[in-house]
Amino acid sequence: MKMPAPDTGVISRRREIIERLRAIVPGEGVIVDESELRAYESDGVTAYRQPPLVVVLPSTTQQVSEVLKTCKEMGVKVVPRGAGTSLSGGALPLADGVLLGLGKFNRILEIDYDNRCVVAQPGVTNLGISTAVAHEGFYYAPDPSSQIACTIGGNVAENSGGVHCLKYGLTTNNVLGVEMVLMDGTVVRFGGKHLDAGGYDLMGIITGSEGLLGVVTEVTVRILKKPATARAVLLGFPTNEQAGDCVAAIIAAGIIPGGMEMMDRPAIHAAEDFVHADYPLDVEALLIVELDGPPAEVDHLIERVDAIAKGKGAVYARISNSEEERLVFWAGRKAAFPAVGRISPDYLCMDGTIPRKALPLVLQRMTEMSAKYGLRVANVFHAGDGNLHPLILFDANKPGELEAAEAFGADILKLCVEVGGVLTGEHGVGVEKRDLMVHQFTDTDLKQQQRLKCAFDPDGLLNPGKVFPELHRCAELGRLHVSAGKLPFPDIPRF
Amino acid sequence: MSITTFKPDTSAQLADTVTWALSAGEPLELLGQGSKRGLGRPVQAGYALDLSALSGVVAYEPDELVLTVQAGTPLSTILPMLAERHQHLAFEPQDLGPLFGQAPGGGTMGGLLASALAGPRRIQAGSARDHFLGFEAVSGRGEVFRAGGKVVKNVTGYDVPKLMAGSMGTLSALTEVTVKVLPAPEDTRTLILAGRDAADALRALTRALQSPHEVSGAAHLPGPVAGRSAVTAVAGAHAGVTAVRLEGFGPSVAARVAALREELGADAVLDRDESLALWREVRDVTFFSPSPAMAGEGRGGGNGLAERLIWKLSVPPATGARVAEEIVMALGGEAEFYFDWGGGLIWLATVATADARTLRAAMGFAGGHATLVRAPDHIRATVDVFHPQPRPLADLAARVKESFDPRRLFNPGRIYAGV
Repeated sequence: MKMPAPDTGVISRRREIIERLRAIVPGEGVIVDESELRAYESDGVTAYRQPPLVVVLPSTTQQVSEVLKTCKEMGVKVVPRGAGTSLSGGALPLADGVLLGLGKFNRILEIDYDNRCVVAQPGVTNLGISTAVAHEGFYYAPDPSSQIACTIGGNVAENSGGVHCLKYGLTTNNVLGVEMVLMDGTVVRFGGKHLDAGGYDLMGIITGSEGLLGVVTEVTVRILKKPATARAVLLGFPTNEQAGDCVAAIIAAGIIPGGMEMMDRPAIHAAEDFVHADYPLDVEALLIVELDGPPAEVDHLIERVDAIAKGKGAVYARISNSEEERLVFWAGRKAAFPAVGRISPDYLCMDGTIPRKALPLVLQRMTEMSAKYGLRVANVFHAGDGNLHPLILFDANKPGELEAAEAFGADILKLCVEVGGVLTGEHGVGVEKRDLMVHQFTDTDLKQQQRLKCAFDPDGLLNPGKVFPELHRCAELGRLHVSAGKLPFPDIPRF
Repeated sequence: MSITTFKPDTSAQLADTVTWALSAGEPLELLGQGSKRGLGRPVQAGYALDLSALSGVVAYEPDELVLTVQAGTPLSTILPMLAERHQHLAFEPQDLGPLFGQAPGGGTMGGLLASALAGPRRIQAGSARDHFLGFEAVSGRGEVFRAGGKVVKNVTGYDVPKLMAGSMGTLSALTEVTVKVLPAPEDTRTLILAGRDAADALRALTRALQSPHEVSGAAHLPGPVAGRSAVTAVAGAHAGVTAVRLEGFGPSVAARVAALREELGADAVLDRDESLALWREVRDVTFFSPSPAMAGEGRGGGNGLAERLIWKLSVPPATGARVAEEIVMALGGEAEFYFDWGGGLIWLATVATADARTLRAAMGFAGGHATLVRAPDHIRATVDVFHPQPRPLADLAARVKESFDPRRLFNPGRIYAGV
């Protein structure tokens, strides 16, 4: 993975940069020691590592503003970081860049039950928000698997999802307000405790902008009352196709389950060996369908789902009859990644989304690719919304296997785009999928997106090298070629 | 005021038109069916760009929950097509035709997304932005570009569809849009509480929204407004009416109605047809529409309504009652209002002389924003139709506009003067 060539001029001014930062964030808030910098050298994608030039850990919005303003003045790049759990290398540092950590922004500022929202600093963990309101029966709906560690600021940057997002939405559908600092130090606020931010929906743009547009310093999220009950049904199918048909039939029946997950044979076996969830081992595909809501609704829908599944050829069906049993159903799915980690020294987790109808084709082609690359693949799948998580198994100690796994992963994502889907459903582009963007978007599409970045960060100093495969200067992007002026289109109807 | 109207049949023709406008320095007024022309500031442009010929369903896949249409496709084509498959646009699009003195049922999909008009279900299902998945458009540079995708879950690149939602045609001309469609509720009921004042009513709505009963509509109509409802049980209350909607599968709705009726001490339950009728009125601001059907009953019915200014205020829901009170006081009592979104949305009808700054100052303590939804052209040309933004935000918005439309060709001034 190629990052922009480090600016040796900036690196040679390291001492001066440190002094300027120390003037803003005193004491231990500026980290310069080489061994301490190592702690920040990668995020959730450990295949890519790069210690930053320096780490700064501000604790107030004012400090963030001054840090950014100073970096802009000095022409120094900045990489923002929350908990560093990105699965796309979004927080990968730069050798010539300041790593701006938001870990000290760890307080919940306000819990407002009447307006059903929580105001939190960006370093509060996703789960921390739900925990803070749990005693009143509320929770924050998006639940990425990393929710114990990942921060709400990072969730905003990545527009994080989770297993419940078909019904409850991603981060973007659950954020009401954001305070953000632009690269020039300007503090702006979008939204608040009311609905719709007013004016252009800039909150919609910064959510999922992967740290390229600004640094989030405060977030207001919507909280919901916990569903009265939840039950799950475990369904086994002799083919992936039948499982896919069952998912389509459930949705066609007007049912949007709280969660609907699918696992293929390798994933089922890996999970079962690891957590002993009592999954059936003689099926090709396993579905976990969870219904949540009032007991009357859940009981009604469980029966309907069960009937649909039998009509679609389910050979195994088990309905959870207690909360313990429901959690056991999930235990295997939630442990799928570590379970695969047990049977392979390393794995890559992909994240494409496809139209669900293309599932049999995509799984078939993946099997062929697996043979071609000589690498195993296990699939877990947010079946309701078509978000695939193929896990490619490899051994980084065997020469060439990482490269083969990366090529395999790229082929899968290109296939996702080919069948009408997208490169990433919830993990983000980051550095990992950056160079694949040209398969989903044209040069014109990508330049338009970069012009939008220019409106926020005209010098391109925030998190460069992520998302966009090719960097353009804003002056170049803004240039307008106006062809001289007749009406050249006699065929356009006018009146 | 437009002199010439261009009506391209393809996105390539549209791009040609924009390229010409760019070279000629001629701004364009973007139109679908023109059903929302009265919304926003009046556009000063010598040329109109009629996008209604870019019409047709590209792909509708109910099982995938995805619909792709050309942007000029009439809603009168789309909504029945979805209904046939028991699906809908969950954000409950408003039909403001009658409010603007036009026939109901007008408008295009592109126009709906560009104006982001969401109804009572906004509190549960989100707004137009939350269901807008992807698009193709022509920028003010005359370039055809795409953003977003055609699947329900996607974080690839910036979420530009969100930015297009509510941009009032000032950033790009949409040619094709993809939206998320969802199952329509099987059944609907509405709990009614009669005779509460605004503060009490909003407390009841807050309780309902804090419950696990998945409330999908939470409105309060003061007595005179309720009196204008065509739903007998609402008008017949001869008092303020507080309404809580529950939707979903039959057995679920029945159970939730029973539980919440008890918890709130509700006075009555509206059946399915009455519920649909009431929430259509709440959604479309029918109570303030100059419809002959509304004449007669209640104060301010009939013709008096046509001259009123109609405002839409989005505020923190728990502050709604006080905001309304402060505004009525600031305007010297000459204002009428009702609440939706659990108190977070205030529809306000004022006399034509009501001052925008006075009104906005009165809501300042709460935060949020006020939009002047309906007013004569000369008023919309001179006041801030959309809530003025603090300087740094306004500057950022102007730069965002420039990134799509550097010569300000599209709907100049529609949202803010100079943008």
